Order: sequence, then structure tokens, then C-alpha cells
Amino acid sequence: MTTADLSTTSNPSAANAAMASSGVRNTAAWKHCAVIALLGVVAWFVFPNQLSLLARIAIMAILVISLDLVVGYAGLATLGHAALYGVGAYAAGIVATRLTGDPFVGLAVGALAGAITAGISGLLLLRYEGFTFLMLTVAVAQIIQNLASKFSDLTGGSDGLSGFSIKPLLGFSFDMQGRTGYVYAVTLLIVCYYAAKRVTDSPFGLSVQGIHQSRPRMRALGANINAQLWKLYTFAGLLAGIAGALSAQTNAIVGLDSLSFEISAEILVMLILGGAGRLYGALLGTVIFMLLHHTAATINPYHWLFVIGGMLMLVVLVPREKLIGWMLPKAWRNKMRRA
Amino acid sequence: MLTMLANILIDGIAYGMVLFIIAVGLSITLGLMRFINLAHGAFAMTGGYVAAWLVRVQGVNFWLALLAAVLTAALIGALLEALVLRRLYRRSELDQVLFTIGLTFVFVATTNLLFGAEVQLIPLPLLLSGPVDLGVRTLPAQRILVLLAGLAVSLFSWWAINRTRFGVWLRATVDNREAAAALGIHIRWVFGLAFAFGAGLAGLGGVLGAELMPLEPYYALKYMVLVLVVVSVGGMGNIFGSLAAALLLGTVDTASKYLASGYGSLFFFAAMMLLLVWRPNGLLIKAKA
Repeated sequence: MTTADLSTTSNPSAANAAMASSGVRNTAAWKHCAVIALLGVVAWFVFPNQLSLLARIAIMAILVISLDLVVGYAGLATLGHAALYGVGAYAAGIVATRLTGDPFVGLAVGALAGAITAGISGLLLLRYEGFTFLMLTVAVAQIIQNLASKFSDLTGGSDGLSGFSIKPLLGFSFDMQGRTGYVYAVTLLIVCYYAAKRVTDSPFGLSVQGIHQSRPRMRALGANINAQLWKLYTFAGLLAGIAGALSAQTNAIVGLDSLSFEISAEILVMLILGGAGRLYGALLGTVIFMLLHHTAATINPYHWLFVIGGMLMLVVLVPREKLIGWMLPKAWRNKMRRA
Repeated sequence: MLTMLANILIDGIAYGMVLFIIAVGLSITLGLMRFINLAHGAFAMTGGYVAAWLVRVQGVNFWLALLAAVLTAALIGALLEALVLRRLYRRSELDQVLFTIGLTFVFVATTNLLFGAEVQLIPLPLLLSGPVDLGVRTLPAQRILVLLAGLAVSLFSWWAINRTRFGVWLRATVDNREAAAALGIHIRWVFGLAFAFGAGLAGLGGVLGAELMPLEPYYALKYMVLVLVVVSVGGMGNIFGSLAAALLLGTVDTASKYLASGYGSLFFFAAMMLLLVWRPNGLLIKAKA
């Protein structure tokens, strides 16, 4: 309640959103999830030969949702989010090689590994703000990547972890067309989206947004800033770990690149492209980015850099409303203007 | 054992000096102008490639090529600043980061298009390729040049910022734009010149460091993080802090490559974390209790 009051005075649009969402909280989360499920079913029938690409998009979307919680809602710019994702992937991969091929056990362990990594590193990271925080996230990710490279007995080093197999999921085995993987990934995307939506709309989520808008004010209101941010960061780690575990299980390979700076930077691009601070923005950005990447990178990896570089500069220079306007047909544009 | 220690120290300091020369410009833009320029590594790469192309393909004298490389990097920096980057000074940090990463990607792709993916070498003149006998021991002449250049850059930058009229203008503009403008300081020129100066120095670092940091298209991304680390550990806008941080981290990285090669850059980043936690505002500035 206090958060809604606070944002009323500081930012009217956020206050409206907060009030609207607290009223129809549950229905909004369900509606969004229904739309995602519908799109998932449609995609299954329209692109039956692209299911593994679509599964990758769904997995990335979970990771970008997790990043959105940290960057968009809590306002902590990070370039080390791949650490949480990669740890989840390696944990699931190691479980599958050494213990059991049960996908749910691997998923749980991966999620837990992501949450624990976030929880431990968060204790240190969250004491800092802004640029120092950013650089420390880079350092954490780099250290974890170097450790993974060094302890090759466990992780396979630079060759990566492969050759493990995942047991059938509720009786459906992971097939070459990626059908099981696709359903698995989309289902978890919906679950994660629902969870993230409920968290961001909850009083806790609103207080985190309040911290983003003004730390001194929230402190004056009696919020324990570090504890709130730590909880959010750990939750984001859980989601990132799920994304990592999913990627390990559906691809049956984990490489050092899952911990790389490039992934951290790429998911940030996806998030900004779709609009940070809105969960459906994370989805939109991921889909646009992954599709563009898929088309451009198959032609030439360096051409892809032209595309992504130009896109980044465009996103910053041109207001987002205008950019979306260019992409949509005219009828839609008019409708948006009226709404 | 002792020779190895000496080697580590010499290579580490030379490496640190290169990092420092590139970092100065970033420290200025980041600390004084509050602009996060992740395209800074691209200026260093530009300098290195210009020198390599001039010396190898055009047969230009090394020293002339060095000068041309520095000027080209400064010119490109000035142009970019005047055309787009100055519009971003008042935007959010995230916007600055995104735009300059995008710019870096375009630099990487363009470099690959023009020169291909292979590593470019800059042939050294006779004077620099041999060893120099210092009496105590012999050192590669190239290392000595890097050392001297680093020292010169640190002294010159400190002098330019703290002792010249231009430095006064720059600091006044940073403190209060409106007041500085009202006093007749030409803000656009001051920021533009400072930016070009930093870009030129990055170009110098790119040429001098080509032996330690090989020139290839991904150079701009690969070494950007290292330079950012140096600036953040040294304290933004603090020239001598950057120097200390660069020497320390350069030595740590070199030592770990000699002694514990399997760990990659683990110790570099671990050292960075410890230093940042110890002195979050800069290596030479005591943290407030």
C-alpha cells in the first residue's frame, strides 16, 4: 500500500499501473499466460519444422524475464546475468552425466544452483550501485567461467559437457524434431511468466519498483532495501537457473559459452529491444532478436554484427513508440494511438 | 626463479602501461564527462589497424604511421562525438551503454570487412626490434618505449587537466555546465577536444600494445572489459589511480599467465573484485567509513 502512495507522488504513470494491477492482479497474469499458450499452440502448427528454434526462443525468453526483474524492475544494470544461466545449465548437465537422467531432478537442481549462485553473489554485489555493481557482475561471471574452464573433470572444460541423455519426460522421449523439448520449454515459460508476473504485481514487487524509483524515499518509509533486492535477485537467479537447465536438457550439451559475456550482453539487448520494466516486453524483444539473429547469422556472422549494432543504435536514438510504429501496419498504428 | 620474477615484472608493467594508455581517455569521458563509452576499445583498434596498414601495405615509416594512427583515432573520435555521441550525454547510463556497444559491433564488422579476420602485425623499426643493454640486464626496446610512453602520458594528462587553462575549462564544465557556459567557456569545444584527446591516446595504446594485445576484429570487444576494469578500479577520472590500477592488474594477469596458466583471467577478475570491495571509489581514494 505504501508503495502505491509513494509512486502516486513521484510518477503518475507508474502509479496508475500499480493501482490497476493491484485490482485485477490475478486476471492479468492469467490472461497474459493464456495468450502465450495460444501463441505457443499456433506456432506448433504453423512452423512444425522449426520447433527446436522455437524452443530456444522460449528458453531465452525465460532468461530475459529473469533479467527484466533485475534490470527493468529493480533498476540494477547487470552484464553478468549469464553466470546464473550457465551455472543452472552446468548443474543440470552434471546431474544428467553423474546421477540421473530424470529431467525434473535436473531442472530442480539447475534452478536451485541458479538461485544459490544469485543468493551468494548477491550478498556482495547488492552492497554496490550503478557502475561498480555493473563491473562486479562482469567479474563474477568471468570468474565462474574461468572456474568452469579450469575444473574440466567436472565440466568438460573447453570441450563442454555432452554425451548425456535425458530420460523421457512423462513418457515422451526427447526426439530429433524437438517436439517434447518445445512443449517442455513453452510450458515452463508460461509457469515462469506467471510466477514473475505475480511477484512483480505483489506488494513486494511494488516495493522493489519503489526502490528503483527512489532509494532514499523507500528507506524513509522503512523498507529494508538490501533484503528486498536480495530476495528479488535470488528469485531472478532461480528463473535463470531454470532457463539454463532447460537449455542443457533440450540440447544435450553445455558449453563454456553459456557463461559468456556475449550472452549477458545479448539478453540485455533483447530486453531493451522489447522494453525493460514490462514482462511482455521481455518476450517481444526475445522473439524479435532471436528471429533476426537466426536469419542474419546463417548468412554471415559478421553481417549479423552490422544488424545488431545498427539495431542497438537505432533503439537508443529513435523513441520506441516511433520504432514500433514503423513495424506495424497503419490500421494497428491508429488503433494504438486511440488506446 | 629470479629471472622469471623479473620477466613477470617487466612484462606485467609493460602490459599495465598499455592498458593505462588506452584507459586514460575512458577515465576522462567516464569520470569527468559522465559518459559511458564502451566504444573506446574501438578507437584503440582503429589506431592499431591504421598503423599496421600504413607500415605493411604502404611502407610508411613506423614513427610517421604511429603519428597518423593517433591522429586518425582522434579524428574519428571527434567526428563521432560531434555527430552523435554528444546527444547522449544527458541520456541514461543504459542508453549510453547500449548505443556504444552497438557502435563497437559496427566497428568489429567493418574491420572484418576491410581487413579480414586474421591477426594484423605491425613490423617494428630496427631501433625497437632489438634488445637494449641497461647495464643491469637487457630489455626489449619495445618494452622500454611502452614504459616511457606510459609515464609521459600519465604526466602529460595530469598536467593538462590540473595545470592548464584547458583543464580549468574542462573541470568547470563538468562541475556546472550552465555556469561555465555563462562565463564564456565554449562547452562543445571543450568536451569535443577532451573526447578527441582520449580517443587519440587510445589509438596510441592500440599501436604500442599490438604485441601484447593482438589486433583482430574482436579486439574492440575483447579488451574493452579489461580497460573498463582498470578505470573502475582506479577510480573514474583519477589519472594516477588508473595508472596504479593498470600496473597492479597488468602484473597480476601476467603473473597468473606465467605461474597458473590454466585459470585464464580468473586472478585478474578476482583481484579486481577485491580491490573494488576494498576501495569502491578508486584505488588511491580511501573509502568513507
